[in-house]
Amino acid sequence: MKRLFKTYLEKPELAGLILLVLLIILFQVRSHGVFLNADNLRGILGILPEAGLVAIGVTILMISGEFDLSVGSVFALMPMTMAVLMVHGWPFPLALFAGLLVSAAIGFVNGYVTIRFAIPSFITTLGMLFMARSLTVVVSGGFPPLLPVDLPNWLFTAFVGPGNMFRMSFLWFVAVAVLTSLMLSRTNFGNWIKATGGFMPAAAAMGIPTARVKIVCFMLCSVLSGFAGMLQVLRLGSPLPSIGEGLELQAVAAAVIGGASLTGGIGTVMGGIIGTTLIRVIDNGLVLSHVDANWFKFAIGFLTIFAVVANAWMRKRAKAIKMEG
Amino acid sequence: MSDAIISVRNLHKWYSGVHALKGVSLDFRRGEALGLVGDNGAGKSTLINILSGVHRADQGEIKVEGRPVSIATPRDAMDLGIETIYQYNSMVPTMSIARNLFIGREPTRFSVLGVGILDQKKMAEESIRAIANVDLHLRSPDALVGELSGGQRQGVAIARAMHFKSKVMILDEPTNHLSVKETNKVIGFVRGLKEQGVTGVFISHNMHHVFDCCDRIVAMARGEVVLDKRIEDTSIDEVHGVL
Repeated sequence: MKRLFKTYLEKPELAGLILLVLLIILFQVRSHGVFLNADNLRGILGILPEAGLVAIGVTILMISGEFDLSVGSVFALMPMTMAVLMVHGWPFPLALFAGLLVSAAIGFVNGYVTIRFAIPSFITTLGMLFMARSLTVVVSGGFPPLLPVDLPNWLFTAFVGPGNMFRMSFLWFVAVAVLTSLMLSRTNFGNWIKATGGFMPAAAAMGIPTARVKIVCFMLCSVLSGFAGMLQVLRLGSPLPSIGEGLELQAVAAAVIGGASLTGGIGTVMGGIIGTTLIRVIDNGLVLSHVDANWFKFAIGFLTIFAVVANAWMRKRAKAIKMEG
Repeated sequence: MSDAIISVRNLHKWYSGVHALKGVSLDFRRGEALGLVGDNGAGKSTLINILSGVHRADQGEIKVEGRPVSIATPRDAMDLGIETIYQYNSMVPTMSIARNLFIGREPTRFSVLGVGILDQKKMAEESIRAIANVDLHLRSPDALVGELSGGQRQGVAIARAMHFKSKVMILDEPTNHLSVKETNKVIGFVRGLKEQGVTGVFISHNMHHVFDCCDRIVAMARGEVVLDKRIEDTSIDEVHGVL
Protein backbone atom coordinates (compact mmCIF):
# COMPACT_ATOMS: atom_id res chain seq x y z
CA MET A 1 0.00 0.00 0.00
CA LYS A 2 2.74 2.39 1.06
CA ARG A 3 4.82 1.30 -1.93
CA LEU A 4 1.89 1.92 -4.26
CA PHE A 5 1.36 5.37 -2.77
CA LYS A 6 5.03 6.18 -3.21
CA THR A 7 5.09 4.92 -6.77
CA TYR A 8 2.19 7.15 -7.72
CA LEU A 9 3.55 10.20 -5.97
CA GLU A 10 6.71 9.76 -8.02
CA LYS A 11 4.83 9.85 -11.31
CA PRO A 12 5.74 13.22 -12.84
CA GLU A 13 2.41 13.63 -14.62
CA LEU A 14 0.29 13.20 -11.49
CA ALA A 15 -0.09 16.90 -10.60
CA GLY A 16 -1.22 17.71 -14.14
CA LEU A 17 -3.71 14.86 -14.17
CA ILE A 18 -5.30 15.94 -10.88
CA LEU A 19 -5.55 19.52 -12.11
CA LEU A 20 -7.11 18.34 -15.36
CA VAL A 21 -9.81 16.33 -13.60
CA LEU A 22 -10.59 19.20 -11.21
CA LEU A 23 -10.86 21.68 -14.07
CA ILE A 24 -13.13 19.41 -16.09
CA ILE A 25 -15.47 19.09 -13.11
CA LEU A 26 -15.35 22.86 -12.51
CA PHE A 27 -16.11 23.74 -16.14
CA GLN A 28 -18.81 21.11 -16.37
CA VAL A 29 -20.61 22.66 -13.41
CA ARG A 30 -19.97 26.29 -14.42
CA SER A 31 -21.18 25.72 -17.98
CA HIS A 32 -24.33 23.94 -16.79
CA GLY A 33 -23.37 20.68 -18.46
CA VAL A 34 -22.42 22.10 -21.85
CA PHE A 35 -18.70 21.42 -21.44
CA LEU A 36 -18.87 17.64 -21.71
CA ASN A 37 -21.57 17.42 -24.35
CA ALA A 38 -20.75 15.78 -27.66
CA ASP A 39 -20.56 18.96 -29.75
CA ASN A 40 -18.14 20.69 -27.45
CA LEU A 41 -15.95 17.61 -27.00
CA ARG A 42 -15.80 17.23 -30.76
CA GLY A 43 -14.49 20.77 -30.97
CA ILE A 44 -11.79 20.19 -28.36
CA LEU A 45 -10.72 16.82 -29.79
CA GLY A 46 -10.53 18.30 -33.28
CA ILE A 47 -7.90 20.87 -32.26
CA LEU A 48 -6.06 18.86 -29.60
CA PRO A 49 -3.92 16.73 -31.99
CA GLU A 50 -2.23 19.79 -33.49
CA ALA A 51 -0.91 21.21 -30.23
CA GLY A 52 -0.58 17.69 -28.80
CA LEU A 53 1.83 16.43 -31.46
CA VAL A 54 4.04 19.47 -30.92
CA ALA A 55 3.97 18.91 -27.17
CA ILE A 56 4.98 15.25 -27.59
CA GLY A 57 8.05 16.29 -29.59
CA VAL A 58 8.98 19.06 -27.17
CA THR A 59 8.52 16.74 -24.18
CA ILE A 60 10.80 14.04 -25.59
CA LEU A 61 13.41 16.64 -26.49
CA MET A 62 13.22 18.09 -22.99
CA ILE A 63 13.72 14.62 -21.50
CA SER A 64 16.90 14.35 -23.56
CA GLY A 65 18.01 17.59 -21.92
CA GLU A 66 17.44 20.07 -24.77
CA PHE A 67 14.93 22.68 -25.74
CA ASP A 68 13.24 23.80 -28.98
CA LEU A 69 11.75 27.26 -29.48
CA SER A 70 11.47 26.89 -33.25
CA VAL A 71 8.53 24.45 -33.25
CA GLY A 72 5.95 27.18 -33.89
CA SER A 73 7.85 28.38 -36.96
CA VAL A 74 8.36 24.85 -38.30
CA PHE A 75 4.63 24.37 -37.73
CA ALA A 76 4.07 27.12 -40.33
CA LEU A 77 7.02 26.43 -42.64
CA MET A 78 6.28 22.75 -43.28
CA PRO A 79 2.72 23.23 -44.69
CA MET A 80 3.85 26.37 -46.53
CA THR A 81 6.59 24.36 -48.24
CA MET A 82 3.99 21.79 -49.23
CA ALA A 83 1.53 24.39 -50.49
CA VAL A 84 4.13 26.13 -52.65
CA LEU A 85 5.32 22.83 -54.11
CA MET A 86 1.76 21.77 -54.86
CA VAL A 87 1.09 25.07 -56.62
CA HIS A 88 4.05 24.12 -58.81
CA GLY A 89 2.34 20.86 -59.66
CA TRP A 90 3.88 18.45 -57.14
CA PRO A 91 1.47 15.69 -56.10
CA PHE A 92 0.42 15.62 -52.43
CA PRO A 93 2.49 12.59 -51.27
CA LEU A 94 5.68 14.00 -52.75
CA ALA A 95 5.02 17.44 -51.27
CA LEU A 96 4.31 15.79 -47.91
CA PHE A 97 7.63 13.96 -48.08
CA ALA A 98 9.46 17.17 -49.00
CA GLY A 99 7.77 19.03 -46.15
CA LEU A 100 8.76 16.38 -43.63
CA LEU A 101 12.29 16.42 -45.02
CA VAL A 102 12.53 20.19 -44.53
CA SER A 103 11.30 19.77 -40.94
CA ALA A 104 13.83 17.01 -40.28
CA ALA A 105 16.60 19.15 -41.76
CA ILE A 106 15.72 22.04 -39.43
CA GLY A 107 15.79 19.66 -36.48
CA PHE A 108 19.16 18.36 -37.60
CA VAL A 109 20.60 21.87 -37.90
CA ASN A 110 19.22 22.77 -34.45
CA GLY A 111 20.85 19.70 -32.94
CA TYR A 112 24.10 19.80 -34.86
CA VAL A 113 24.80 23.48 -34.18
CA THR A 114 23.86 23.10 -30.51
CA ILE A 115 26.22 20.16 -29.99
CA ARG A 116 29.04 21.06 -32.39
CA PHE A 117 29.49 24.54 -30.93
CA ALA A 118 28.40 23.58 -27.40
CA ILE A 119 25.89 26.42 -27.13
CA PRO A 120 22.53 26.31 -25.31
CA SER A 121 19.72 24.97 -27.50
CA PHE A 122 17.69 27.91 -26.22
CA ILE A 123 19.88 30.18 -28.37
CA THR A 124 20.11 27.91 -31.42
CA THR A 125 16.39 27.37 -31.60
CA LEU A 126 15.57 31.01 -30.80
CA GLY A 127 17.58 31.89 -33.89
CA MET A 128 15.80 29.17 -35.83
CA LEU A 129 12.43 30.54 -34.64
CA PHE A 130 13.10 33.77 -36.54
CA MET A 131 14.79 32.15 -39.53
CA ALA A 132 12.09 29.54 -40.17
CA ARG A 133 9.32 32.09 -39.72
CA SER A 134 11.02 34.41 -42.15
CA LEU A 135 11.49 31.59 -44.67
CA THR A 136 7.78 30.82 -44.41
CA VAL A 137 6.86 34.34 -45.45
CA VAL A 138 9.57 34.46 -48.13
CA VAL A 139 8.55 31.23 -49.88
CA SER A 140 4.89 32.23 -49.76
CA GLY A 141 5.77 35.49 -51.51
CA GLY A 142 3.61 37.33 -49.04
CA PHE A 143 0.37 35.73 -50.18
CA PRO A 144 -0.82 32.37 -48.94
CA PRO A 145 -0.93 30.10 -52.01
CA LEU A 146 -4.22 28.43 -52.86
CA LEU A 147 -4.41 24.78 -51.88
CA PRO A 148 -5.51 22.32 -54.57
CA VAL A 149 -9.06 21.01 -54.15
CA ASP A 150 -8.27 17.30 -54.34
CA LEU A 151 -6.36 16.98 -51.04
CA PRO A 152 -6.61 13.69 -49.10
CA ASN A 153 -8.63 15.27 -46.28
CA TRP A 154 -10.24 11.89 -45.64
CA LEU A 155 -6.89 10.76 -44.32
CA PHE A 156 -6.20 13.73 -42.03
CA THR A 157 -9.17 15.90 -41.12
CA ALA A 158 -12.41 14.05 -41.93
CA PHE A 159 -14.72 13.26 -39.02
CA VAL A 160 -14.89 9.60 -38.07
CA GLY A 161 -15.99 7.35 -35.23
CA PRO A 162 -19.26 7.00 -33.34
CA GLY A 163 -21.33 10.14 -33.79
CA ASN A 164 -18.45 11.57 -35.87
CA MET A 165 -16.70 12.24 -32.59
CA PHE A 166 -13.11 12.45 -33.87
CA ARG A 167 -11.23 13.81 -36.77
CA MET A 168 -8.76 11.51 -38.52
CA SER A 169 -6.01 13.72 -37.06
CA PHE A 170 -6.95 12.39 -33.65
CA LEU A 171 -6.16 8.83 -34.76
CA TRP A 172 -2.75 10.00 -36.05
CA PHE A 173 -2.20 11.70 -32.71
CA VAL A 174 -3.10 8.55 -30.74
CA ALA A 175 -0.86 6.42 -32.94
CA VAL A 176 2.11 8.79 -32.50
CA ALA A 177 1.44 9.04 -28.77
CA VAL A 178 1.40 5.27 -28.33
CA LEU A 179 4.50 4.74 -30.46
CA THR A 180 6.58 7.46 -28.83
CA SER A 181 5.41 6.40 -25.39
CA LEU A 182 6.52 2.83 -26.06
CA MET A 183 9.77 4.09 -27.53
CA LEU A 184 10.52 5.99 -24.35
CA SER A 185 9.56 3.29 -21.86
CA ARG A 186 10.17 0.02 -23.66
CA THR A 187 13.15 0.42 -25.97
CA ASN A 188 16.84 0.77 -25.34
CA PHE A 189 16.76 4.03 -27.29
CA GLY A 190 14.27 5.39 -24.74
CA ASN A 191 16.70 4.39 -22.02
CA TRP A 192 19.45 6.31 -23.79
CA ILE A 193 17.26 9.43 -24.08
CA LYS A 194 16.54 9.39 -20.35
CA ALA A 195 20.17 8.68 -19.46
CA THR A 196 21.45 11.43 -21.77
CA GLY A 197 19.08 13.98 -20.26
CA GLY A 198 19.37 12.63 -16.72
CA PHE A 199 23.14 12.88 -16.42
CA MET A 200 25.13 13.21 -19.60
CA PRO A 201 28.62 12.42 -18.23
CA ALA A 202 27.38 9.04 -16.98
CA ALA A 203 25.59 8.28 -20.22
CA ALA A 204 28.70 9.16 -22.22
CA ALA A 205 30.96 7.14 -19.90
CA MET A 206 28.72 4.11 -20.44
CA GLY A 207 29.21 4.40 -24.18
CA ILE A 208 25.88 5.98 -25.22
CA PRO A 209 26.23 8.10 -28.38
CA THR A 210 24.75 11.14 -26.59
CA ALA A 211 25.21 13.56 -29.51
CA ARG A 212 23.38 11.25 -31.89
CA VAL A 213 20.60 10.63 -29.35
CA LYS A 214 20.04 14.38 -28.95
CA ILE A 215 20.10 15.08 -32.68
CA VAL A 216 17.49 12.34 -33.27
CA CYS A 217 15.29 13.96 -30.59
CA PHE A 218 15.69 17.40 -32.23
CA MET A 219 14.69 15.89 -35.56
CA LEU A 220 11.72 14.01 -34.12
CA CYS A 221 10.51 17.20 -32.44
CA SER A 222 10.76 19.17 -35.68
CA VAL A 223 9.08 16.49 -37.80
CA LEU A 224 6.16 16.19 -35.36
CA SER A 225 5.74 19.98 -35.33
CA GLY A 226 5.77 20.16 -39.11
CA PHE A 227 3.26 17.33 -39.36
CA ALA A 228 1.02 19.05 -36.81
CA GLY A 229 1.20 22.27 -38.82
CA MET A 230 0.08 20.41 -41.91
CA LEU A 231 -2.92 19.03 -39.98
CA GLN A 232 -3.93 22.54 -39.00
CA VAL A 233 -3.58 23.87 -42.55
CA LEU A 234 -5.70 21.03 -43.91
CA ARG A 235 -8.32 21.76 -41.25
CA LEU A 236 -8.35 25.51 -41.98
CA GLY A 237 -8.03 25.04 -45.73
CA SER A 238 -5.37 27.73 -46.14
CA PRO A 239 -1.62 27.88 -45.38
CA LEU A 240 -1.40 31.12 -43.38
CA PRO A 241 2.21 32.13 -42.71
CA SER A 242 1.32 33.25 -39.19
CA ILE A 243 0.04 29.96 -37.76
CA GLY A 244 1.82 28.50 -34.77
CA GLU A 245 2.98 31.83 -33.33
CA GLY A 246 3.34 31.41 -29.58
CA LEU A 247 2.92 27.67 -29.91
CA GLU A 248 6.52 27.02 -28.78
CA LEU A 249 5.88 28.45 -25.35
CA GLN A 250 2.51 26.72 -25.05
CA ALA A 251 4.22 23.43 -25.86
CA VAL A 252 6.89 24.03 -23.23
CA ALA A 253 4.14 24.93 -20.74
CA ALA A 254 2.31 21.71 -21.65
CA ALA A 255 5.43 19.61 -21.16
CA VAL A 256 6.21 21.26 -17.84
CA ILE A 257 2.62 21.01 -16.56
CA GLY A 258 2.85 17.34 -17.51
CA GLY A 259 5.87 16.92 -15.27
CA ALA A 260 8.82 17.17 -17.67
CA SER A 261 11.90 18.69 -16.10
CA LEU A 262 13.61 21.64 -17.81
CA THR A 263 16.96 20.14 -16.87
CA GLY A 264 16.18 16.82 -18.56
CA GLY A 265 15.85 13.20 -17.57
CA ILE A 266 12.32 13.41 -16.19
CA GLY A 267 9.02 13.39 -18.05
CA THR A 268 6.58 11.25 -20.00
CA VAL A 269 4.75 11.47 -23.29
CA MET A 270 1.48 11.07 -21.35
CA GLY A 271 2.44 14.09 -19.25
CA GLY A 272 2.89 16.24 -22.35
CA ILE A 273 -0.52 15.12 -23.59
CA ILE A 274 -2.14 15.85 -20.23
CA GLY A 275 -0.53 19.31 -20.27
CA THR A 276 -1.81 20.05 -23.77
CA THR A 277 -5.29 18.80 -22.91
CA LEU A 278 -5.28 21.02 -19.84
CA ILE A 279 -4.47 24.07 -21.97
CA ARG A 280 -7.19 23.20 -24.51
CA VAL A 281 -9.69 22.60 -21.71
CA ILE A 282 -8.96 26.00 -20.15
CA ASP A 283 -9.21 27.75 -23.50
CA ASN A 284 -12.58 26.19 -24.17
CA GLY A 285 -13.91 26.11 -20.61
CA LEU A 286 -13.31 29.83 -19.96
CA VAL A 287 -15.46 30.72 -22.95
CA LEU A 288 -18.21 28.31 -21.98
CA SER A 289 -18.35 29.62 -18.45
CA HIS A 290 -18.60 33.23 -19.72
CA VAL A 291 -15.27 34.34 -18.33
CA ASP A 292 -13.46 37.06 -20.25
CA ALA A 293 -11.26 35.06 -22.70
CA ASN A 294 -8.34 37.36 -21.99
CA TRP A 295 -7.83 35.45 -18.77
CA PHE A 296 -6.65 32.48 -20.86
CA LYS A 297 -2.95 33.30 -20.78
CA PHE A 298 -3.12 34.20 -17.13
CA ALA A 299 -4.58 30.78 -16.36
CA ILE A 300 -1.91 28.95 -18.40
CA GLY A 301 0.85 30.92 -16.71
CA PHE A 302 -0.52 30.33 -13.27
CA LEU A 303 -1.01 26.61 -13.88
CA THR A 304 2.50 26.19 -15.22
CA ILE A 305 4.01 27.57 -12.04
CA PHE A 306 1.50 25.80 -9.84
CA ALA A 307 2.03 22.40 -11.49
CA VAL A 308 5.80 22.59 -11.12
CA VAL A 309 5.57 23.62 -7.48
CA ALA A 310 3.07 20.83 -6.81
CA ASN A 311 5.29 18.32 -8.60
CA ALA A 312 8.36 19.29 -6.63
CA TRP A 313 6.40 19.01 -3.42
CA MET A 314 5.05 15.56 -4.30
CA ARG A 315 8.46 14.28 -5.31
CA LYS A 316 9.84 15.42 -1.98
CA ARG A 317 7.00 13.68 -0.17
CA ALA A 318 7.63 10.51 -2.12
CA LYS A 319 11.32 10.60 -1.27
CA ALA A 320 10.46 11.00 2.41
CA ILE A 321 8.49 7.75 2.43
CA LYS A 322 11.08 5.22 3.52
CA MET A 323 10.74 1.77 2.09
CA GLU A 324 12.12 -1.32 3.75
CA GLY A 325 12.69 -4.79 2.43
CA MET B 1 55.32 -10.69 -18.29
CA SER B 2 52.91 -13.50 -19.09
CA ASP B 3 50.36 -12.81 -16.36
CA ALA B 4 49.87 -9.18 -17.36
CA ILE B 5 46.27 -8.50 -18.33
CA ILE B 6 47.00 -4.97 -19.51
CA SER B 7 50.45 -3.77 -20.31
CA VAL B 8 51.24 -0.26 -21.44
CA ARG B 9 54.58 0.71 -22.93
CA ASN B 10 56.08 4.15 -23.30
CA LEU B 11 52.76 6.04 -23.12
CA HIS B 12 52.90 9.78 -23.88
CA LYS B 13 50.19 12.41 -23.71
CA TRP B 14 50.34 16.15 -24.25
CA TYR B 15 47.52 18.53 -23.32
CA SER B 16 47.91 21.80 -25.22
CA GLY B 17 51.63 21.97 -24.53
CA VAL B 18 51.65 20.25 -21.16
CA HIS B 19 53.49 16.93 -21.16
CA ALA B 20 51.06 15.03 -18.91
CA LEU B 21 52.42 11.50 -19.42
CA LYS B 22 56.13 11.06 -20.03
CA GLY B 23 56.62 7.56 -21.33
CA VAL B 24 54.76 5.48 -18.76
CA SER B 25 55.25 1.71 -18.87
CA LEU B 26 53.24 -0.47 -16.51
CA ASP B 27 51.86 -3.99 -16.18
CA PHE B 28 48.50 -4.67 -14.60
CA ARG B 29 48.56 -8.29 -13.44
CA ARG B 30 45.64 -10.67 -13.43
CA GLY B 31 43.71 -10.83 -10.18
CA GLU B 32 45.82 -8.17 -8.50
CA ALA B 33 44.53 -5.14 -6.62
CA LEU B 34 46.76 -2.26 -7.65
CA GLY B 35 46.74 1.05 -5.85
CA LEU B 36 47.54 4.06 -8.01
CA VAL B 37 48.54 7.08 -5.98
CA GLY B 38 49.89 10.51 -6.75
CA ASP B 39 49.23 14.20 -6.32
CA ASN B 40 46.84 16.18 -8.51
CA GLY B 41 48.38 16.56 -11.94
CA ALA B 42 50.70 13.58 -11.44
CA GLY B 43 49.22 11.91 -14.50
CA LYS B 44 47.18 9.16 -12.92
CA SER B 45 43.86 10.47 -14.23
CA THR B 46 45.40 10.88 -17.68
CA LEU B 47 46.58 7.28 -17.63
CA ILE B 48 43.15 6.06 -16.50
CA ASN B 49 41.33 8.18 -19.07
CA ILE B 50 43.44 6.63 -21.80
CA LEU B 51 42.71 3.10 -20.59
CA SER B 52 38.97 3.78 -20.30
CA GLY B 53 38.68 5.36 -23.75
CA VAL B 54 37.99 8.95 -22.71
CA HIS B 55 41.26 10.23 -24.18
CA ARG B 56 43.73 8.79 -26.65
CA ALA B 57 47.45 8.51 -26.08
CA ASP B 58 49.65 10.55 -28.41
CA GLN B 59 52.31 7.86 -28.43
CA GLY B 60 52.87 4.42 -26.98
CA GLU B 61 51.40 0.95 -26.98
CA ILE B 62 48.63 -0.77 -25.04
CA LYS B 63 48.26 -4.54 -24.96
CA VAL B 64 45.30 -6.37 -23.44
CA GLU B 65 46.00 -10.05 -22.76
CA GLY B 66 49.00 -9.85 -25.02
CA ARG B 67 47.22 -8.36 -28.04
CA PRO B 68 47.90 -4.79 -29.14
CA VAL B 69 44.65 -2.81 -28.93
CA SER B 70 43.30 0.59 -29.87
CA ILE B 71 40.91 2.12 -27.35
CA ALA B 72 39.10 5.00 -29.03
CA THR B 73 35.82 5.19 -27.08
CA PRO B 74 34.51 4.16 -23.65
CA ARG B 75 32.64 1.44 -25.48
CA ASP B 76 35.90 -0.04 -26.84
CA ALA B 77 37.29 -0.22 -23.33
CA MET B 78 34.13 -1.89 -22.02
CA ASP B 79 34.20 -4.41 -24.85
CA LEU B 80 37.77 -5.29 -23.84
CA GLY B 81 36.59 -5.90 -20.29
CA ILE B 82 37.90 -2.65 -18.82
CA GLU B 83 35.26 -1.01 -16.67
CA THR B 84 35.78 2.37 -15.03
CA ILE B 85 33.89 3.61 -12.02
CA TYR B 86 34.17 7.35 -11.63
CA GLN B 87 33.83 9.45 -8.56
CA TYR B 88 30.46 10.92 -9.48
CA ASN B 89 29.52 10.22 -13.02
CA SER B 90 28.78 6.56 -13.28
CA MET B 91 25.06 6.63 -12.48
CA VAL B 92 22.02 8.56 -13.70
CA PRO B 93 20.20 9.63 -10.51
CA THR B 94 16.80 10.07 -12.19
CA MET B 95 16.72 6.43 -13.33
CA SER B 96 16.08 3.19 -11.48
CA ILE B 97 18.81 0.82 -10.33
CA ALA B 98 17.77 -1.78 -12.91
CA ARG B 99 17.87 0.78 -15.73
CA ASN B 100 21.24 2.09 -14.57
CA LEU B 101 22.77 -1.38 -14.50
CA PHE B 102 22.11 -1.82 -18.19
CA ILE B 103 22.70 1.70 -19.61
CA GLY B 104 24.14 1.29 -23.08
CA ARG B 105 24.06 -2.53 -22.84
CA GLU B 106 20.34 -3.17 -22.51
CA PRO B 107 19.18 -6.70 -23.26
CA THR B 108 16.64 -6.53 -26.09
CA ARG B 109 14.14 -9.07 -27.34
CA PHE B 110 14.75 -8.10 -30.93
CA SER B 111 16.40 -5.14 -32.51
CA VAL B 112 16.90 -3.33 -35.78
CA LEU B 113 20.16 -1.45 -36.25
CA GLY B 114 20.91 -1.66 -32.56
CA VAL B 115 17.56 -0.24 -31.44
CA GLY B 116 15.06 -2.68 -29.99
CA ILE B 117 12.49 -3.63 -27.37
CA LEU B 118 13.85 -3.94 -23.83
CA ASP B 119 13.72 -7.32 -22.17
CA GLN B 120 12.41 -5.91 -18.89
CA LYS B 121 11.93 -9.30 -17.25
CA LYS B 122 15.55 -10.19 -17.83
CA MET B 123 16.66 -6.76 -16.61
CA ALA B 124 14.71 -7.11 -13.37
CA GLU B 125 15.93 -10.66 -12.66
CA GLU B 126 19.54 -10.02 -13.51
CA SER B 127 19.72 -6.77 -11.59
CA ILE B 128 18.47 -8.48 -8.43
CA ARG B 129 21.13 -11.14 -8.83
CA ALA B 130 23.87 -8.64 -9.70
CA ILE B 131 23.17 -6.58 -6.60
CA ALA B 132 23.02 -9.62 -4.35
CA ASN B 133 26.35 -10.86 -5.77
CA VAL B 134 28.26 -7.90 -4.40
CA ASP B 135 26.56 -8.37 -1.05
CA LEU B 136 24.61 -5.16 -1.37
CA HIS B 137 21.22 -5.03 0.30
CA LEU B 138 18.81 -2.76 -1.52
CA ARG B 139 15.06 -2.62 -1.35
CA SER B 140 14.16 -3.01 -4.97
CA PRO B 141 15.82 -2.67 -8.39
CA ASP B 142 13.08 -0.16 -9.23
CA ALA B 143 14.27 2.35 -6.64
CA LEU B 144 15.79 5.51 -8.11
CA VAL B 145 19.56 5.77 -7.88
CA GLY B 146 19.10 9.37 -6.71
CA GLU B 147 17.69 7.99 -3.46
CA LEU B 148 20.76 5.88 -2.69
CA SER B 149 23.68 6.93 -0.52
CA GLY B 150 27.08 7.52 -2.08
CA GLY B 151 28.39 4.17 -0.92
CA GLN B 152 25.37 2.32 -2.25
CA ARG B 153 25.83 4.01 -5.61
CA GLN B 154 29.43 2.84 -5.78
CA GLY B 155 28.14 -0.61 -4.85
CA VAL B 156 25.69 -0.58 -7.74
CA ALA B 157 28.45 0.61 -10.09
CA ILE B 158 30.65 -2.27 -8.95
CA ALA B 159 27.74 -4.71 -9.31
CA ARG B 160 27.32 -3.46 -12.87
CA ALA B 161 30.97 -4.01 -13.69
CA MET B 162 30.88 -7.49 -12.15
CA HIS B 163 27.73 -8.37 -14.00
CA PHE B 164 29.31 -7.58 -17.34
CA LYS B 165 32.26 -9.79 -16.45
CA SER B 166 34.81 -7.06 -16.56
CA LYS B 167 38.39 -8.26 -16.27
CA VAL B 168 39.81 -4.99 -15.04
CA MET B 169 37.93 -2.63 -12.82
CA ILE B 170 39.26 0.89 -12.46
CA LEU B 171 37.93 2.78 -9.47
CA ASP B 172 38.67 6.51 -9.69
CA GLU B 173 38.58 8.02 -6.19
CA PRO B 174 35.65 5.82 -5.14
CA THR B 175 35.90 6.77 -1.47
CA ASN B 176 35.78 10.55 -1.87
CA HIS B 177 32.99 12.21 0.07
CA LEU B 178 31.94 8.94 1.71
CA SER B 179 31.37 8.35 5.40
CA VAL B 180 33.77 6.05 7.26
CA LYS B 181 31.24 3.23 7.26
CA GLU B 182 30.63 3.53 3.53
CA THR B 183 34.33 3.80 2.81
CA ASN B 184 34.85 0.48 4.58
CA LYS B 185 32.13 -0.98 2.43
CA VAL B 186 33.86 0.16 -0.75
CA ILE B 187 37.22 -1.14 0.49
CA GLY B 188 35.44 -4.43 1.12
CA PHE B 189 34.26 -4.44 -2.49
CA VAL B 190 37.81 -3.94 -3.73
CA ARG B 191 39.06 -6.82 -1.57
CA GLY B 192 36.23 -8.95 -2.93
CA LEU B 193 37.39 -8.40 -6.51
CA LYS B 194 40.38 -10.69 -6.05
CA GLU B 195 38.18 -13.63 -5.07
CA GLN B 196 36.28 -13.12 -8.31
CA GLY B 197 39.49 -13.08 -10.30
CA VAL B 198 39.09 -9.44 -11.31
CA THR B 199 42.00 -7.03 -11.52
CA GLY B 200 41.29 -3.89 -9.52
CA VAL B 201 42.92 -0.52 -10.07
CA PHE B 202 42.19 1.66 -7.09
CA ILE B 203 42.96 5.37 -7.35
CA SER B 204 42.94 7.40 -4.20
CA HIS B 205 44.44 10.34 -2.38
CA ASN B 206 44.07 8.47 0.86
CA MET B 207 47.11 6.30 1.50
CA HIS B 208 45.40 4.38 4.28
CA HIS B 209 42.58 3.30 2.01
CA VAL B 210 45.07 2.09 -0.59
CA PHE B 211 47.19 0.17 1.91
CA ASP B 212 44.00 -1.37 3.31
CA CYS B 213 42.97 -3.19 0.20
CA CYS B 214 45.75 -3.35 -2.40
CA ASP B 215 48.53 -5.85 -3.18
CA ARG B 216 50.78 -3.44 -4.99
CA ILE B 217 51.38 0.30 -5.01
CA VAL B 218 52.27 2.39 -8.01
CA ALA B 219 53.05 6.02 -7.32
CA MET B 220 53.13 8.67 -10.04
CA ALA B 221 54.60 12.16 -10.02
CA ARG B 222 55.06 14.68 -12.83
CA GLY B 223 53.81 12.26 -15.47
CA GLU B 224 56.13 9.39 -14.52
CA VAL B 225 56.00 6.25 -12.41
CA VAL B 226 58.24 6.94 -9.42
CA LEU B 227 57.55 3.87 -7.31
CA ASP B 228 56.23 0.37 -8.03
CA LYS B 229 56.38 -2.08 -5.11
CA ARG B 230 54.45 -4.84 -3.40
CA ILE B 231 52.57 -3.57 -0.41
CA GLU B 232 54.68 -5.64 2.02
CA ASP B 233 57.89 -4.17 0.63
CA THR B 234 57.00 -0.56 1.24
CA SER B 235 55.34 1.77 3.71
CA ILE B 236 53.12 4.81 3.72
CA ASP B 237 56.12 6.92 4.66
CA GLU B 238 58.19 5.69 1.72
CA VAL B 239 55.36 6.40 -0.71
CA HIS B 240 54.88 9.87 0.73
CA GLY B 241 58.60 10.41 0.38
CA VAL B 242 58.68 9.92 -3.37
CA LEU B 243 55.62 12.03 -4.15
